Amino acid sequence: MSSTTAAASARELLGVGALTNASLTRWLHGLPGVDHVGADARAAGLATRSVKTTSKAWAIDTAISMIDLTTLEGADTERKVRSLCAKAMAPDPGDPTTPQVAAVCIYADMATVAVDALKDSNIHVAAVTSAFPSGRATMAVKLTDTRDALRAGAHEIDMVIDRGAFLSGRYLQVFNEIAAIKEACEQEGTRRAPAHLKVIFETGELVTYDNVRRASWLAILAGANFIKTSTGKVSPAATLPVTLIMLEAVRDWRDLTGTQIGVKPAGGIRTTKDAMKYLVMVNEVAGDDWLDPAWFRFGASGLLNDLLLQRQKLATGHYSGADYVTID
Amino acid sequence: MSPAPARGKATQTNAAAPNAAGAQRIEVRKTYKLYIGGAFPRSESGRTYEVRDSHDRFLANAAMGSRKDARDAVVAARGAFGKWSGATAYNRGQVLYRVAELMEGRRAQFATEVAAAEGLTPPRADKVVSQAIDRWVWYAGWADKIAQVLGGVNPVAGPYFNISAPEPTGVVAALAPQRSSLLGLVSVLAPIVVSGNTAVVLTSEHRPLPAVTLSEVLATSDVPAGVINLITGRTGEVAPWLAAHQDVNAIDLAGAADADGLVWAELERASADNLKRVLRPAGDDIDAVEPDWSRTPDLTRIKAFLETKTVWHPKGR
Amino acid sequence: MAKFEYAPAPESRAVVTLRPSYGLFIGGEFVEATDGSTFKTINPASEEVLAEVTEAGEADIDNAVRAARKAFDGPWGRLSGAERGKYLFRIARILQERAREFAVLETLDNGKPIKESRDVDIPLAAAHFFYHAGWADKLEHAGLSGGSGQPPRPLGVVGQVIPWNFPLLMLSWKIAPALAAGNTVVLKPSKSTPLTALLFAEVCQQADLPAGVVNILTGTSRTGAHLIRHPGVDKIAFTGSTEVGKDIARAIAGTRKRATLELGGKAANIVFDDAAIDEAVEGIVNGIFFNQGHVCCAGSRLLVQENVADDVIMRLKRRLLTLRVGDPLDKNTDVGAINSAAQLSRIRELTDIGEAEGATRWTAPCVLPERGFWFAPTVFTEVSQSHRIAQEEVFGPVLSVLTFRTPQEAVAKANNTPYGLSAGIWTEKGSRILWMADQLRAGVVWANTFNRFDPTSPFGGYKESGYGREGGRHGLEGYVTTGATR
Repeated sequence: MSSTTAAASARELLGVGALTNASLTRWLHGLPGVDHVGADARAAGLATRSVKTTSKAWAIDTAISMIDLTTLEGADTERKVRSLCAKAMAPDPGDPTTPQVAAVCIYADMATVAVDALKDSNIHVAAVTSAFPSGRATMAVKLTDTRDALRAGAHEIDMVIDRGAFLSGRYLQVFNEIAAIKEACEQEGTRRAPAHLKVIFETGELVTYDNVRRASWLAILAGANFIKTSTGKVSPAATLPVTLIMLEAVRDWRDLTGTQIGVKPAGGIRTTKDAMKYLVMVNEVAGDDWLDPAWFRFGASGLLNDLLLQRQKLATGHYSGADYVTID
Repeated sequence: MSPAPARGKATQTNAAAPNAAGAQRIEVRKTYKLYIGGAFPRSESGRTYEVRDSHDRFLANAAMGSRKDARDAVVAARGAFGKWSGATAYNRGQVLYRVAELMEGRRAQFATEVAAAEGLTPPRADKVVSQAIDRWVWYAGWADKIAQVLGGVNPVAGPYFNISAPEPTGVVAALAPQRSSLLGLVSVLAPIVVSGNTAVVLTSEHRPLPAVTLSEVLATSDVPAGVINLITGRTGEVAPWLAAHQDVNAIDLAGAADADGLVWAELERASADNLKRVLRPAGDDIDAVEPDWSRTPDLTRIKAFLETKTVWHPKGR
Repeated sequence: MAKFEYAPAPESRAVVTLRPSYGLFIGGEFVEATDGSTFKTINPASEEVLAEVTEAGEADIDNAVRAARKAFDGPWGRLSGAERGKYLFRIARILQERAREFAVLETLDNGKPIKESRDVDIPLAAAHFFYHAGWADKLEHAGLSGGSGQPPRPLGVVGQVIPWNFPLLMLSWKIAPALAAGNTVVLKPSKSTPLTALLFAEVCQQADLPAGVVNILTGTSRTGAHLIRHPGVDKIAFTGSTEVGKDIARAIAGTRKRATLELGGKAANIVFDDAAIDEAVEGIVNGIFFNQGHVCCAGSRLLVQENVADDVIMRLKRRLLTLRVGDPLDKNTDVGAINSAAQLSRIRELTDIGEAEGATRWTAPCVLPERGFWFAPTVFTEVSQSHRIAQEEVFGPVLSVLTFRTPQEAVAKANNTPYGLSAGIWTEKGSRILWMADQLRAGVVWANTFNRFDPTSPFGGYKESGYGREGGRHGLEGYVTTGATR
């Protein structure tokens, strides 16, 4: 979908002749509100679910297969990235039944390295672009950033929205930026398929749940394949209530248009217990169509090892320790 | 400033008891430090002063708090205010009640220290400790009732919902009573924090040791760091700094009575610079006296450190 | 089969020690009945017999009232408020310490999900004792003297009869304020849920509560009827059906006995077109399916604005597909067992009537266990105000859905009932909440939430939902006198 096509679809959905900032504002501000206390209570209620035995084993393996294994540090080097990719392919060298992760998430200038390291696997390379994490750069810079990653072979693009534009109500600008980057994904996509686009909101900066809901609908309207909570560089990063709002958005979007969109919470998800809570939420809010790496991902680094420790405990019956999982 | 008393023989708070073999056992004596931000620092000035019992015998060296210690305590109290005032009243009541539980567990230690400090017989000291614990329990039970008794809906003449609710004022400085080293202290401290304020307390100058033991109770209870800060030292030296501190919202002058080198009117004058809420000491005219702490209090000490917020909202279809 | 089933997650029963039989708790001790028979209490989820319990007869009631009077005239009456408060603090603490035990026992005897006993019933019960412990020595500050200038004093011996839907919580709502004010009590738990009350008697012993201050008489409705008529009882507190509440009001007419009654309801849960829709759906579900709908203040009538009715109903039904009905001891169960065969029969009867009257019936698909008493969550749409299922209290997991066009019409329909216990309002507009709250004839109004309880928050009804309040400053009134008129 080109950005003009995105605009055309948006006009049709909104029922307006021209996609203006005013019409977008009216549409977004007309969405139902979110009661903050009620949303927190629903998330907390879902978090009391107890997942045991075979169900827990399935959930651990599913969570592993949903991980976008991440390194986004200024100090990243080629060897650091290769080491991460090796871990992605063999999370637990002592247990070859361990599933592989979904993707490796790195800065765009490391895409070439990652693509090469993962070439014999099905693991995707997801590159963060568009002046990640702050989003504070010109559109030209953001597009160049994105195209470079695509040409290097990235399968997925994780872009950030301009939160300044969003918070000052320039929704059309946010729309156009997403649509332009989506267009780049389609034009410069790999031989296999157009790259899929994740749009990061940085929910910690948007603060209110109403903003998260509006950002979700806006991003999907503009062409996002996945909506993503955070960069992981700002606290709070992913939370259960924010993810709840986003799952409600993709559920309602599919009811409205028939199109399924994915959700990725990222940052701050460290333990198996946390991951279980997210999977329960996906299950009971969006439905089990989303319980698949094609539609739900975890942006995480330390989570993988905790999942492996829990996996080992289920297999052996006793608690494991840090010496029995590898560092990346 | 009173003249330095002659160094006498130390009072043994626990007499050296014979050990199993009948030989004398040397006790492990306590160190008395400040309680600021949930930790036990010595004074940043490095100074201490001698604390003596009612017979002028040496008890311990207490930290001599300085203006910088007071400054640090205000920072800690301000830092703790958001979370303490934001906790539910039920939670505050639970936390304060637990303090009473821990005080009860330490009653023997408190009784010994109060007896030495105030020259009371053991049975009398024991009674005072019981009163102090009961006083704390009384205040703990107020946490989730203050709003109901002091707040309410106002029947304004228009289609508006209008409600007045009490809120804690912020960081409260308090001069603890000079004579009543535990019961008086509790009677001044508990009403400050029960409603969500945080406190910086200057303990009794000459009878500070029960306060330090209380700070140990606080540190092992669930009271969050910084909610209560206790500074031992010369009241006359440190009080003016608290009275003039622009980030202190209110001040309780109870301990101005019988304090060395202090004129409470000057503290009130200094407080006017940022319009602190001032709770004057008891007594007529310029004489400050220490009240009888054994009488059951009323709501005065709670109300003194509350603001009232009134909110309007239209009622319409 | 769904991808993600969770697997059974049973809470262990081992924390509870059940005795084969229980006596009555009178004068600080467990005693056998003098002239009563025994009956069995069962687990409604499995019909397993849990224990044998005693039915207190008239002589037993007499003994209990006398023990309560002796304690009132003696040790309890002589205690200061501060000392009374300390006993209540002890009881609160012990309830917290034994919380897991109480939660499991409550679930076994009542059938409610362990998630609810553990997270709602037991913590609230302990909190009730905590709150009231603090009032015991502060009654003169509670604004109770009504201008008489006299300090508040206790009434004497209080007879209390509680229902089966929140056994320990209802016990705490009754006993805590009564004791805080200085009264002594004789409490009769419901026939089908006596066990947590009997365990509470143990807590009284552990707290060293003076003998006779609290007396627990298990029994049937006969026991309750005799207790409230006993001449030695100064005040009655009753929670239960409106029908029995009226009986009590008749029975005490012309006497000097005071009563507070907390009775039935048929609350309207009102959803406007500008509601926060996802939270409103949660509120609807919580309003009627929490505790299997065995809640006097349940939001049993959904009043939804007509222009969003189809959408709300669709979302509601979709939400109900994830409700888990089953073993109450499973930590993932959302809806437990119906408390008794009698109650199940009543629910079935009324839902059959609903269908016969012309409403459209929808039932959440779920697999119900073979043994035990179960009813699947059910929603009736196209309900009219004149249908019996819009008027009569079902007291089960059954929702009746009606529509309205304007706020005035919502108010009219919500108030058009002899009941008046509670109501819910869902809208993002603050002024509408406050205007509606003013208009609704209900003792508890929840806006953008539902079924929230707190010891500081007064609870009670208008009209035939009863009179008097429990909780808060207002709840103390029913337990004191200021001497002007008894």
